[in-house]
Amino acid sequence: MWKWLHPYANPEVSYHLTNKLLPWFSYLAAIFLSIGLVWALLFAPADYQQGDSFRIFYVHVPAASLSMGIYVSMAIAAFSSLVWQVRLADASAAAMAPVGAAFTAIALITGSAWGKPMWGTWWIWDARLTSELILLFLYLGVIALHSAFEDKNLAGKAAGILTLVGVINIPIIKYSVEWWNTLHQGSTVSKLGKPSMSLDMLWPFIFCFIGFSLLVGVIICLRFRNEILARNSIRPWVRELVEQKTQ
Amino acid sequence: MTLATSTPNNKDNNLLPMSKQLSYRRAFSLVLKRDLTIALRHRDDIINPLLFFVIVITLFPLGIGPEANTLSRIAPGIIWVAALLATLLSLDRLFKADFTDGSLEQMLLSPHPIFILVLAKITAHWLITGLPLILMAPLLAVLLHLDENSYGALIITLFLGTPVLSLLGAIGVALTVGIKKGGVLLSLLVLPLYIPVLIFATSAIDTAALGLPYSGQLAIIAALFFGSLTLAPFAVGAALKVSTN
Repeated sequence: MWKWLHPYANPEVSYHLTNKLLPWFSYLAAIFLSIGLVWALLFAPADYQQGDSFRIFYVHVPAASLSMGIYVSMAIAAFSSLVWQVRLADASAAAMAPVGAAFTAIALITGSAWGKPMWGTWWIWDARLTSELILLFLYLGVIALHSAFEDKNLAGKAAGILTLVGVINIPIIKYSVEWWNTLHQGSTVSKLGKPSMSLDMLWPFIFCFIGFSLLVGVIICLRFRNEILARNSIRPWVRELVEQKTQ
Repeated sequence: MTLATSTPNNKDNNLLPMSKQLSYRRAFSLVLKRDLTIALRHRDDIINPLLFFVIVITLFPLGIGPEANTLSRIAPGIIWVAALLATLLSLDRLFKADFTDGSLEQMLLSPHPIFILVLAKITAHWLITGLPLILMAPLLAVLLHLDENSYGALIITLFLGTPVLSLLGAIGVALTVGIKKGGVLLSLLVLPLYIPVLIFATSAIDTAALGLPYSGQLAIIAALFFGSLTLAPFAVGAALKVSTN
């Protein structure tokens, strides 16, 4: 596996890889998202209890699980950059952080928009809401640390350490918040549990989920490509690229 | 080292080859003593965070109203949040002066493991800021009408919890020490990491107020303490290497 991965430590090879991957990701994302969203928002049956307002679920749940997934992949990138000194892993972590923060924000906003008709309140200090909010804070800390350093390499390393500290803390925070809440209020937590759904509700969700994951792939590819170009702007291969484009 | 061995008669330079033979314990106590001496000569650095702690806590009864019931209900949270903020204020001093005068770099270059030196500096920080905070806390608890059953819980949670604050905070300071305007950034990085300590400490004090056993929360805070004691110095060392570059 290492032999197969090794060439991608070279920025030029990775750049061309993103160029190859990008059309696949974007076409598939467009197909899956258009099928999934149309199906979910127009044709899927309305919930017998929640009516049409449950449809926000098709955006909310993919965003929430992707927000955590992106953090984990950021941590893996940070780990490989700190242990094996892979410079590009820093670039990928830098590319992922704002995307993850955006998806966390989407999950929070759609969640509170869903909570208003269902629970009658925009926000409660429920375990999942609180830990998602803290995840947003961690993302913002990583982004702030990235932008605080002039030197991109230093920024990557510092943000990597913070990401790893955060990834150790996330399970602790998650459980602390859950236990904290069960001490004070127990009844609302179970409402957030995933409802067991019928198949004609589940299928559009699977389409939406894959579509959103591919969309994340597209955005990260674009941002990663930009990061590579920005960090290697003095290299000859980047100059050749620019000259080819301008001719 | 070669410089020192070539001039063995020079008494000052005799320190150099000796420093390699320093045991871990001795290196630890030397750094600890040095940091404590420096802190004791800048007394306002010790007193200011404490004053902040006291003033923040006196603000709450003024803002919320003096009813004893309300105050005793929110006292654990107020004391702990004020402790978090006071620690945050004092954290900046942990590495800043050593970073600006270059002694931090010399420590990193020394043959001793960074773990020991960092741990000594964090211990000194806790002795200077955490310990006085614990001593002040019962007095402030009286002002806030804290339930009488919870005094023991308050002291024990502070004893176990404030070292965690120093240890986790040290990671944040080590990351931001090289940045010019690191102060605001520091609070952004560190405060989310403090949340578990806050939650378990206040829940232990609340449970104690009801007269129930709170050993479960204490066990978790102790676990946080030992976990951060063993892991945080490594993260601090790595972060310092990045910051001093």
